[in-house]
Formats: sequence, structure tokens, C-alpha cells
Amino acid sequence: MAATMPRIAVKDLTMAYGSVVIQRDVTFSIQPGEIFIIMGLSGCGKSTLLRCLMGLVRPAQGEVCYDGEPFWAASAAERARMMRRCGVLYQSGALWSSMTLAENVALPLEAYRALRPRALRAVVSLKLALVGLAGCEELYPFELSGGMRKRAALARAMALDPDILFFDEPSAGLDPLSSRRLDELILELRASLGATIVVVTHELASILTIGDNSIFLDVETKTMLAVGHPKTLRDASPEPKIRAFLRRGEADATTA
Amino acid sequence: MRPARDITHAPYALQYDRPGDDTLVVRLAGSWKLEEGLPAMTELQRHLEVTPRVRRLIFDAHDVTAWDSGLVTFVREVVEQSTSRQVVVDQRGLPAGVQRLLALAAAVPEQEAARRRGARLPWLTRIGTAVLSGWQGAWDILSFIGDTVLASLRLMRGKAFFRRVDLALFLQQCGAQALGIVTLISFLVGLILAFIGAVQLRKFGAQIYVADLVGLAVTREMGAMMTGIILAGRTGAAFAAQLGTMQVNEEIDALITLGIPPMEFLVLPRMLALMLMMPVLCVYADLVGMLAGLLVSTTLLHMPLMEYLNETQRAVHLVDCGLGVGKSVVFGALVALAGCLRGMQSGRSAAAVGAAATSAVVTGIVWIIATDGMFAVVTERLGI
Repeated sequence: MAATMPRIAVKDLTMAYGSVVIQRDVTFSIQPGEIFIIMGLSGCGKSTLLRCLMGLVRPAQGEVCYDGEPFWAASAAERARMMRRCGVLYQSGALWSSMTLAENVALPLEAYRALRPRALRAVVSLKLALVGLAGCEELYPFELSGGMRKRAALARAMALDPDILFFDEPSAGLDPLSSRRLDELILELRASLGATIVVVTHELASILTIGDNSIFLDVETKTMLAVGHPKTLRDASPEPKIRAFLRRGEADATTA
Repeated sequence: MRPARDITHAPYALQYDRPGDDTLVVRLAGSWKLEEGLPAMTELQRHLEVTPRVRRLIFDAHDVTAWDSGLVTFVREVVEQSTSRQVVVDQRGLPAGVQRLLALAAAVPEQEAARRRGARLPWLTRIGTAVLSGWQGAWDILSFIGDTVLASLRLMRGKAFFRRVDLALFLQQCGAQALGIVTLISFLVGLILAFIGAVQLRKFGAQIYVADLVGLAVTREMGAMMTGIILAGRTGAAFAAQLGTMQVNEEIDALITLGIPPMEFLVLPRMLALMLMMPVLCVYADLVGMLAGLLVSTTLLHMPLMEYLNETQRAVHLVDCGLGVGKSVVFGALVALAGCLRGMQSGRSAAAVGAAATSAVVTGIVWIIATDGMFAVVTERLGI
């Protein structure tokens, strides 16, 4: 492993709902500035893993460390402080439906940054412009298309300039072009903000374009099968399951 | 040109210089983070307004140690202010990340059409809009009632489609599960009626008529009305919230595209359940109310039990009970209609579902009171 301190380190994580084990012995680390992909078939526990990282579900065993600081061993207040540097893009956006886009983006800023109304408006307008929604401040979430809603949710996730961004299925429900534009946006944001990005997805095109590193969770054995760059895994993984997943089940012989 | 003063208390520094005749240099230094706040634009505006006019604006950000959205927001405002005054902005002096973010923010032009048409309308227009929307609201209610009648006709011909298990569930929810609150409220209403009556009637030595008062008031009015209002708050709101949430999740659309009429599938079982359970609850409320009256009279007024029972029997006729129970059937239908109507009309957001539930309770109660008033007039005219 690299000498630098990993931004997120997961050690022997076991996730369970009651006595039903979802995944066991998951260990990996995410370097600063990396785009890390969590992939696997539906129902393998990708989202649960993400919820463990975000502090929504307590793991049955194991620990998650942010910059070497244990997360689940910390008190609730400490965890809240650590989560404040994270932004989350939920699967269906999770925009607050009774607030306008401007209010949605402004809420985290109002909660954690003392800004004057004029500065607040300027920051909100910048965040919305960054995701291509300039001028949509006064719209309500239900007035937006699915792609716009995702981008607005991204603007809210970025409101506090997080070091770490979590994306839960960012391209779910988007057309290929919108989904590609979102990928480009993710890459651009990483390049200019230097954020670490964790993405749960099974969109192959996304995985191969944006991923620097990835983990594959298996449904049957209930554990991780591999960690590595998605393209390396596709071409050289000893696991036929992973090769099949990254090639949409097409034959191995076709070289990419 | 005199350099502008530094803002010394902040961890960032901002300075405006005019080295040449037409160039303004914006010197940035220190940590430009959002939590430190942002400088005002007034200083820049003064520099831009000064003659001879600035034609070119450049940045010098060599001494910036750290930055986040704060710097980008500030620079974006500087650019906006400058370009609106035909000043050319050269962004090359900024950190590369800031330049890329600015380019990204400018990539999609502002959507003018999306700006809220926030202008206040003239008062005449507002009155007109209010009248039209009131008319539209009345029309929506009428057409909803019409649809319900049509669905009920199909039900009578045995052609309505809904799941029997739904009906059973609603019967349980609005019947058995409401017993507790109905018991409490009707007992208290009976108790209060008996107390008020006793205080007044005792002055004339006519305590015996407490039995008449409680018996008639409870059976003719209070039993039905209190049950109606309880169910409007308990069940009507629940119906509106259920249907509103289904509206949000496109569940009602899924029924329509399958060719299943929501009026039959969703509204009929709810209305049927309330119309069946309301009279039962009403009879129960009548009994509990009269029992409360009896308890007050026998314990506090020391009235003999048999005397009270005889007086009640003499005063309360079957027609009084029938009137109350009949009204309760109507109230049940009204509560269900109000709940389902507001639920179906709900908008597609969390706040809209809340508004629908509130509106269902208000509508239900208003309809119950108004109908009760009409019943009072009609029964008085008919001498019932």
C-alpha cells in the first residue's frame, strides 16, 4: 500500500440486518482524490456498505477510518463532525420537496456557515451554475426532470465543499447522454476540487470511464471478491464472475 | 492611484491596484474559505466607476494559500460586475482549479424562462384568479361526487372492482380501532351535558328532565356529530395521506394505466367502510353518552336508577335514534369523500401530502356541520 494515509480505510467490516449477514470481512482503502467504485449484482449489499460508510447503518463488526480516525468507535457528536466533510448524492436525489432548489442548497450553508444573505445567494447561484442549473433557483423539485433533479441534488451535496462525496447510483434512471454528462461532471469536479469520490453503481460505462479503483461484492459468498482498477479487473481478474460482470456476460475472448 | 486598504481582520487579503491607465489588478492572498465570509462588492464598484475608466481587469492570486467555493463565488461576482460594465476580465492569474470551475459554471447559459415570474399581480387580476379557482374547486368537488355516484351504481350492479380484503382492513381501521377514542369522547360529552342540564334544571326542581336532555341530545345530535368529527380527524386525514402518498409515488397512475378506475379501487372501499361503521359507532356512542348521563344523575343528583331509565325510555323514541343513525351514515360518506377528494387532489411533494391531510379534516368537519344544520332545519319543518 502507498505510504500516504488513506482517506477512508475499511477493516474487516461485517454488515448484518439482525441475524442476516449481508457481507462479511470487507477490507479496502480509498486514497485521497480517488474515484472509488463499489460494484456488484443487485442485492449484494452495495448500498448497505455505502450506508455504513456514511454513518447511517452501524456495522455488525469491523471499523471504518477517516484519515486514520476510527469512525464507529467515536461518539455520535464526533461522527456528526466527521460526516460534515462528506457530501451525499442519494439515489433518487432526496431533495426536500417543499423547498425550492435555492433553499435546498442553502440549508446546509445556513446550518454550518455564517454567511450574509447576499453572499449566501451568490454561493447558491454558483453551486447551481456548476451543475448546469443556472437560473433555476426558484423552481421546486417536482418541476424538474429526473436528470435535473440529480444535478440539483449534486449541487446540494457539494454545498459545503466536501472532501468526500458519496454517490448512490448516480446514473440510475438517466438516459445515456445525461449519464455521460454526469460522469464528465464528476471527473471535472474531482479535478478542480480534489475531492475523494465513492460511487455505488452497476452502470458499466460509468465504472470503466471514471473508476480509479473498485471493489466487487459477491452475492453468493457474501464477501468481497476483488479490489483493483476496473479495467484491470475486466481483463485480468482470475474470477470469472467479475470478468462476466464487467463484460455484461459476453464471452471473454473479445478483447477490449 | 492609491491602493485600497487591506482587510486585516480576515485571514484573506484583498487589494485593488491601478498600475496602468486602463488596468485594474485584483490582488488576492491568504485563505479564501467560505467559513471566513466574503468581502463586499462596494470597493470594486467604486474602482470600476472611477474615471479614467477601467477597461481590463486581471487577477494576481500568487499568495493564495487555500481556497474553496468562497473564492470561486467572489471571483464570479467580480467577473459579473466587470462584464456588465464592458470591462474585459483576464482570468489567467487565478488558480487552475478556479478557472476550470468558472468555465464549468458558465458552460450552461442561465435559463431565463425558469426564473420565477414573481411580480405581484394587480388586485383585479388577483380577485379574478381567486374567483376562478374557487369556481374550479367547486366544480372539482361536484365532479368528484358525480364520479363517486357512478362508481356506487357500478357497485350496486356488482361490477365495481376492488379487493374485499381492503374493505375488511378499512372496516377494522375505522371501526374497531376507533372504539377507544369514541368511548372517551362520547362519555365526556354525555357527562358534560348531564352536568350542565342538572345545574339549570335543579333550580326548577326538574332534575328528572336531565334524562330527557341527555337522551335526546345524544341520540339526535351529539352521538352522530361527535363520531363524525372524530372520524374526520382520525380516518379522513389518514385517507388523504394514503392517497396523497400514492399520488407522489405514481401508484395512482399505475392503477389508471392498468385500466383499474381509482374511484372504484381506492375510493369505494373507503367510503363503504365508513358508511358501514359510522352507524355502528354512532349507536355505541349513543349508549355510552346516555350511560354517562345516568352515572351523573344517580351518583351526584341521587336520582333513583329506575326512575332515570323510565324517563329516558319515555323521552327517547325510536325515531330519534333513527335520525341520529341516519345522519351518521351521511356523515360517514362525507368524511370519506372529503378524505379521498383531498388525497386525490394532492400535489406530488411531502408538503402537499401534509396540506392534503389538513384540508381533508377541515373539509370533512365543515361538511358535517353544514349538513347537520340542514338536517336541523328539515326535521324541524317536518316535525320529526
